Amino acid sequence: MSRKTSEPKETRITNHPILTFNRGKKVTFYFEGKPMQGYLGETIAAALVANGVKVFRYTEKHKRARGFFCAVGKCSSCLMVVDGVPNTMVCMEPLREGVRVERQHGRGKL
Amino acid sequence: MKHTEIAIVGGGPAGLSAGIVAARLGAQVTVIDDNPRLGGQLIKQTHKFFGSRTHYCGTRGVDIAAILEQELRKTGAEIVLNTTVIGHFQPNILGLASSQQFTKLTYDRLIIATGAYENNVLFENNDLPGVYGAGAVQTLMNVYGIRPGKRVLMIGSGNIGLIVSYQLLQADVEVAAVVEALPYIGGYHVHAAKLRRCGVPILTSHTIKAALGKEYVTGAVICRVNRKFRPIKGSERKLKVDTICLAVGLSPLIELLSQIDCYLVYIPELGGLVAWHDENLQTSVPGVYVAGDVSGIEEASTAILEGRIAGAHAFLSLKGKEANPEAEAIIRDARRELAVIRQGPFGEKAARGKRQLQQYTPARPVIQQ
Ligand SMILES: Cc1cc2nc3c(=O)[nH]c(=O)nc-3n(C[C@H](O)[C@H](O)[C@H](O)COP(=O)(O)OP(=O)(O)OC[C@H]3O[C@@H](n4cnc5c(N)ncnc54)[C@H](O)[C@@H]3O)c2cc1C
Repeated sequence: MSRKTSEPKETRITNHPILTFNRGKKVTFYFEGKPMQGYLGETIAAALVANGVKVFRYTEKHKRARGFFCAVGKCSSCLMVVDGVPNTMVCMEPLREGVRVERQHGRGKL
Repeated sequence: MKHTEIAIVGGGPAGLSAGIVAARLGAQVTVIDDNPRLGGQLIKQTHKFFGSRTHYCGTRGVDIAAILEQELRKTGAEIVLNTTVIGHFQPNILGLASSQQFTKLTYDRLIIATGAYENNVLFENNDLPGVYGAGAVQTLMNVYGIRPGKRVLMIGSGNIGLIVSYQLLQADVEVAAVVEALPYIGGYHVHAAKLRRCGVPILTSHTIKAALGKEYVTGAVICRVNRKFRPIKGSERKLKVDTICLAVGLSPLIELLSQIDCYLVYIPELGGLVAWHDENLQTSVPGVYVAGDVSGIEEASTAILEGRIAGAHAFLSLKGKEANPEAEAIIRDARRELAVIRQGPFGEKAARGKRQLQQYTPARPVIQQ
């Protein structure tokens, strides 16, 4: 699977005509074992998108890719394995230093 | 088990206003929201609000959220964040879940102000990563300062579609086009004009046929539609985009109300299924209120006013007129303001919906409180 990920510096907005973003402390977390950077105060999903990650999980039956969709903890598109816990809604889950995030395949195993 | 006099589910403009009013009048209030921050939809709104006659008109949504939050905090009301109300148990028990724990909360009066959820639309590959709801795009861009992509196709030219398109431009994201199935633009002229000045085409009588890509969006196929909204053969066109943003309306979040067995009515003008309610925003189940988008999709100013009515009436029904004579005045004033807003050209649709609601008679209340 070849996936082009865009550079983090292109996804983060630095100059905005109206808003200023007070980002929290910069922390390292792991996506599929790979270290990535994000900021405290944002959700895991936001940090992943900022790092160019689009596919969050694959469905059970048809292995369809699923990504960020509703951002309000309703649609279940963003269920991932977080520190070993499957079915974590990463759009609502705050980013923590060192947290390990994995793509979920199917329903996930407890 | 913990107890509160008035439990409010949802900390958007409706829930916040209900909380402010009820707590100021003298009730013990708990506001529960599943986000880390109060404000609901408002925290994503960077534009100055249209608002018919309320004093917040001309203020940016995110600033209105801050004002309301401050007012609520001043009352000393209990605020529970990062917590979802996942269920209702008989009698009068809410189930609260956070990532750490599950707790229960009992209440005397309940105000449901859960807002709305975005509608989806049918097209091939509409489940591909890169297809986002407009709210998600706003959250990424306006709350976290993250661009959802580089080139976006917007579906829907209502106010949300137009406003979010403009916000994308402000965040330095390209908007390939806005497509709209209707033969005319749905939102306000001012918002459409701003986009047009920036060179964004707004394609009316158009729809999306498919998202392209294997693992994530790499393009989209759009086409023209006829008067019956059927695609016109041969009018298909490919656009190179990495993001497709859906802004095709909202539906009230009525799950809790349905669990409580509130009488639900389908009213297209209000966004679909809503809980029947009287002019005090009380549902068919005594002691259970609604306010804001969950009672019918409208706007922030009406959500605030409905919140005030629900908050004041919940107080009144719990403690009686004598406890604080101001409650009745608050209800009267808010009702008057609501009537004025709903007479305006943009409140007319909701007004029609609310009138239709009154033509139904709720089934006998299932629970007597
Ligand atoms: C792009 C856009 C532009 C807009 N522009 C304007 C404008 O210019 N002027 C205007 O007046 N209005 C505008 N609106 C509309 C306005 O934002 C909404 O009408 C208003 O926010 C509705 O308020 P509410 O309190 O009912 O719901 P919301 O603001 O949606 O708040 C509901 C809250 O409840 C929470 N919640 C839901 N379910 C649960 C649960 N089970 N447990 C815990 N918490 C829960 C939600 O997460 C949310 O925080 C706009 C909306 C959008 C999307």
